[in-house]
Amino acid sequence: MMDVTLLARIQFALTIAFHYIFPPLSIGLGVLLVIMEGLYLKTGNPLYHRMTRFWVSVFALIFGIGVATGLVMEFQFGTNWATYSRYVGDIFGSALAAEGLFAFFLESGFLAILVFGWNKVGKGLHFFSTLMVALGSMFSAVWIVVANSWMQTPAGFHIVSNHGVARAEVTDFWAMVLNPSSLDRLSHVLSGAWLAGATLVLSVSAYYYLKNRHLDFAKAGVKIALGFLAVACCTQLLSGHSSAMLVAKYQPAKLAALEGHFHTGPADLYLMGVVDEPGKRVLGLKIPGGLGLLLSANPQQVVPGLDRFPPEEQPPVQVPFQAYHLMIAIGMGLIGLATLGLFFWWRGTLFEQRWLLWAMVLSVLGPQVANQAGWIAAEVGRQPWIVYGLLKTKDAVSRAVGAEQVLGSIVLFSGIYLLLFVLFLYLLTQKIRKGPQDEAASKIHPPEAAGAFNPAMKNRPLLTGLNTATERTD
Amino acid sequence: MLEWLMSHVDLNLLWFALVGILFTGYAILDGFDLGVGSLHLLTKTDEHRRLMLNTIGPVWDGNEVWLVTGGGALFAAFPDVYATVFSGFYMPFMLLLAALIFRAVAIEFRSKEPYGWWRHGWDISFSVSSVGAALLIGITLGNIALGVPLNALGEYAGGFWNLLNPYALLVGLTTVALFAMHGSIYVVLKTEGPLQRQAKGWMVHTIAWFIMGYILTTMATLLYVPNLTEHFREHPQFLPVVLLNLLAIANIPREVYNGQEMRAFFSSCASIVLLMLLFGIGMFPNMVYSLPNPQHSLTMYNAASSQQTLATMAIIAAIAVPLVLSYTAIVYWVFRGKVKLDSTSY
Repeated sequence: MMDVTLLARIQFALTIAFHYIFPPLSIGLGVLLVIMEGLYLKTGNPLYHRMTRFWVSVFALIFGIGVATGLVMEFQFGTNWATYSRYVGDIFGSALAAEGLFAFFLESGFLAILVFGWNKVGKGLHFFSTLMVALGSMFSAVWIVVANSWMQTPAGFHIVSNHGVARAEVTDFWAMVLNPSSLDRLSHVLSGAWLAGATLVLSVSAYYYLKNRHLDFAKAGVKIALGFLAVACCTQLLSGHSSAMLVAKYQPAKLAALEGHFHTGPADLYLMGVVDEPGKRVLGLKIPGGLGLLLSANPQQVVPGLDRFPPEEQPPVQVPFQAYHLMIAIGMGLIGLATLGLFFWWRGTLFEQRWLLWAMVLSVLGPQVANQAGWIAAEVGRQPWIVYGLLKTKDAVSRAVGAEQVLGSIVLFSGIYLLLFVLFLYLLTQKIRKGPQDEAASKIHPPEAAGAFNPAMKNRPLLTGLNTATERTD
Repeated sequence: MLEWLMSHVDLNLLWFALVGILFTGYAILDGFDLGVGSLHLLTKTDEHRRLMLNTIGPVWDGNEVWLVTGGGALFAAFPDVYATVFSGFYMPFMLLLAALIFRAVAIEFRSKEPYGWWRHGWDISFSVSSVGAALLIGITLGNIALGVPLNALGEYAGGFWNLLNPYALLVGLTTVALFAMHGSIYVVLKTEGPLQRQAKGWMVHTIAWFIMGYILTTMATLLYVPNLTEHFREHPQFLPVVLLNLLAIANIPREVYNGQEMRAFFSSCASIVLLMLLFGIGMFPNMVYSLPNPQHSLTMYNAASSQQTLATMAIIAAIAVPLVLSYTAIVYWVFRGKVKLDSTSY
């Protein structure tokens, strides 16, 4: 019989990793939609209108899968982690309920107008809906990151006995919400999401340019996405640094794991390496004293190592170390890409650098991998705690659930998610292959088009109906 | 503000009611979505199937948020209920999730490719998952009404097969019929021409099925679920709710007969509200009734979050709910009237 805790962790890792492909894309793309539609309203240039419509249809696809997989996350706290739910319900629950009330309703309500409302509402209300969807998707990150940050740096609570079982209760709502790591981690997560959205648009636009298709659409797309990428890179660098400072202050065991720092004393900064956990050392390329230098501008700074913590409170080292360094390497790569892109744009030769455009095409994978790696570093680095210093992961699982049930649902969700992922990639590729529609099909108020469409559909036999249906722009 | 709320308001009762309202909102709104889904395969042409999908196209997603928020509110206000029910009903909830995922994806993907096999596959997936979701929701409600075995810590102590008892299955089937009826009236309101004529036929049949299920469930409840009917015996002042519920249900076929579908739809909504109210009164103050050891039951008092959290959330809800209602109203207003297929439709 396998261990329920391990199975529940595998299931959580699997479902959150798959889910987390989609929300960052919708958060990032949401901002870009606001920019594109804003440009359309300001300039009246139909190019931006075409662009908005194309990316709205991609957004709808991403959002649909994000919602479907997000529902699983909300259920899972209760199904697999019932003891944890009882322990943190008083704290975590209010953040989750607020997320539902403030974010999800805003997002899903206005998404309807964003996607289906082109012919039903005026330009102003449509733009307002785009704005609300973008805001809603960012709000949803706020609440979930606040809850997760509370698990990293708990604050504003006390432990009480509830009918003989210990649990955390809020004493100060704002201290709980604005716990020490909330704001830095939120800006780090949002920046990661912006990077994901920016590189998606950058990648597809650069690809069109290289393939000599939709050239005006491609050039404008590259420029908008590149500008946004550069902004997101800056906020990412700043928030990343301050997040690391926070980890050093509040979660020293995690910092030691992230940097493979086993022995208390001056600390090196590894650019890459392999952790030799039994031998308590790291083999790799390092800047001696680099960690001390980053934390307090002093290479001789004494940084607590893993030896400060009893073995049962030490996180694993290899996984957080590799995930953390992978994330940083990708972040640096994206900063390099944005810098080169801006440089050639300034020189006016951006679209002559085919190698750089190919790098942009591939860049879409960067934030995806880095976002996943960042979460792995943050969550595995917190082990063995589920709530840092308060509740251990092994004490948090559901007592009423057996290993075979968890295994069964892992098999169920693996199958479903694999299918979803293949379909998602297929439909996204189809959308990209089909490309943005020309103006005739995408006017805001196409009376002749709408009029011609419906009678044509009426009472047609199945096959003709199908042919007509393929003409839909979405 | 917090202090005032904590000393003047029974916050546990308030949240018992609010969680009930959220799940009732879900049942009314996603109820017709699930109903449309379960009737979907009865249409034969691609155009009609697209029309069916697009009757709920812009709103199904927002309707499902009521479930997400209801679940979140349950977690926040009554963490022990959330933990016990979600871990105890493990397999049914996993299947419910699978059904909801398939349904969402089927709606999203179906019309994106023209191939017959593609569309037919998603049509089946949409219908089966809609029926499955309604059935599982009903089975869950049935079990909560009947009572489930809990241990002294308030954890679920039964097995998977306990959940598939005849009473729960009856409530499950009645829920499927209720949503199918609700959905068929909705389709009549949103369509015209041949599809509307077909939907009127469904309406008559599903009303008959639902009323049959309702009668059987009521009889079974009176005979076998004393804990749910006890309140009405002890407090006859609640009997008018029973009567109102009866009238609301009886009014549905009456309005249909008179050709007043809009009124029939509101009657159907009212029936759902009143059924949930009956359920809430019957359960009060229990949220999970423990059978055979009633002293282990989770109530709105012993399973709740702290008073401070309940009060904080009451303030959050007071700010958020009017906003939510206003944009729900905007969306339904924008997409009012008969559904038409255009370039943005599914």
